[in-house]
Amino acid sequence: MRQRTVEIVVGGFVLVGLGALLVLALQVSGLSPKSAESSYRVYANFNDIGGLSVRGQVSLAGVTIGRITDIQLDPETYQARVEMAINESVDIIPSDSSAIIRTAGLLGEKYIDVSVGADETYMKQGDTFYGTQSALNIERLISNFASGK
Amino acid sequence: MINRIALFGRGALDTLASLGRATEFLFRSLFAVPQIATGFPLLVKQLYAVGVLSLAIIVVSGLFIGMVLGLQGFNILSDYGSEQAIGQMVALTLVRELGPVVTALLFAGRAGSALTAEIGLMKATEQLSSMEMMGVDPLRRVIAPRFWAGFISMPLLAMIFSVVGIWGGMLVGVDWLGVFEGSYWANMQSSVDFGEDVVNGIIKSIVFGFVCTWIAVYQGYDSVPTSEGISSATTKTVVYSSLAVLGLDFILTAVMFGDI
Repeated sequence: MRQRTVEIVVGGFVLVGLGALLVLALQVSGLSPKSAESSYRVYANFNDIGGLSVRGQVSLAGVTIGRITDIQLDPETYQARVEMAINESVDIIPSDSSAIIRTAGLLGEKYIDVSVGADETYMKQGDTFYGTQSALNIERLISNFASGK
Repeated sequence: MINRIALFGRGALDTLASLGRATEFLFRSLFAVPQIATGFPLLVKQLYAVGVLSLAIIVVSGLFIGMVLGLQGFNILSDYGSEQAIGQMVALTLVRELGPVVTALLFAGRAGSALTAEIGLMKATEQLSSMEMMGVDPLRRVIAPRFWAGFISMPLLAMIFSVVGIWGGMLVGVDWLGVFEGSYWANMQSSVDFGEDVVNGIIKSIVFGFVCTWIAVYQGYDSVPTSEGISSATTKTVVYSSLAVLGLDFILTAVMFGDI
């Protein structure tokens, strides 16, 4: 085959490969410029996070408004301190809102649901949720029920 | 008895010497001063032989593997009423594991054996030594372009494999078995992470490309210059590449996804 034809075919091959990378990035992993939206950090302290993981969703009324960015143990209160990045466009969470850990579906992932409060002031960078509700632990529920508490 | 021990020791020393030669060979061909003007057309020619000609087998296998994953996944997941997760399953399996590994195994069989046989025959017909006589470094002229071609084409082939496989999974899951198309993609996008899954898969395929091509060109270059020697070198290429790929895959997976 002539050198030029070979060059064109190889160019096409490299292009197809890079196209595959683009598909993997945009279509498969859902990487989009939109996800680079600026965000602010808020915190919540839970007694039990029961399987919540970093990169989990934070949602309000079912709409995803942010991601969990870090989970650490608070050495003083023995509680889990969860750091979340909330999208900048959602700056209307009342200060007395609470964070609740819920499960998507029966066996799905754990996520944080924001239950909206009634305060006139809104949460900003560095604030901590006023109230929290820990993950529902079925085993603990059963043992509480069995011991009659 | 003593003879057997001596034989065993000689075998071990031979293996060690071969490993040393392979490493020296790798450095000499990798760090040969590149000549852009003459080297680039050679590289393009090898990219054609190694990459473009492997496309057919990669695309067809990717399609069928994706379809099988879709079918098997649907059967298992529908027991739990969660067949929407099929997109997630197909994509993660392909991007993390099957894409890089199966591509590397096919590559070793399709392109690696050809590289070994070609270089081995060049050696047997004394083309390599006549190049040296003419003052042309065969490592630079023959080996380096083949090496780089394998190194470049493997990640591209693996990505094409994954994409075709995901499409094949969709063909079976969505068009044939009736999973809702929106949940196929949405589940996939929410679970596949670009940095964690896609990039790690590409790193795997780069490592496999490096190892497979290294084994292939070295076995050819080091083969016994007889027809029997070439046939055993070709067999060794496929066997060693497959073992190296599967072993390295376990180590890489443990490092990347094992949380250790």
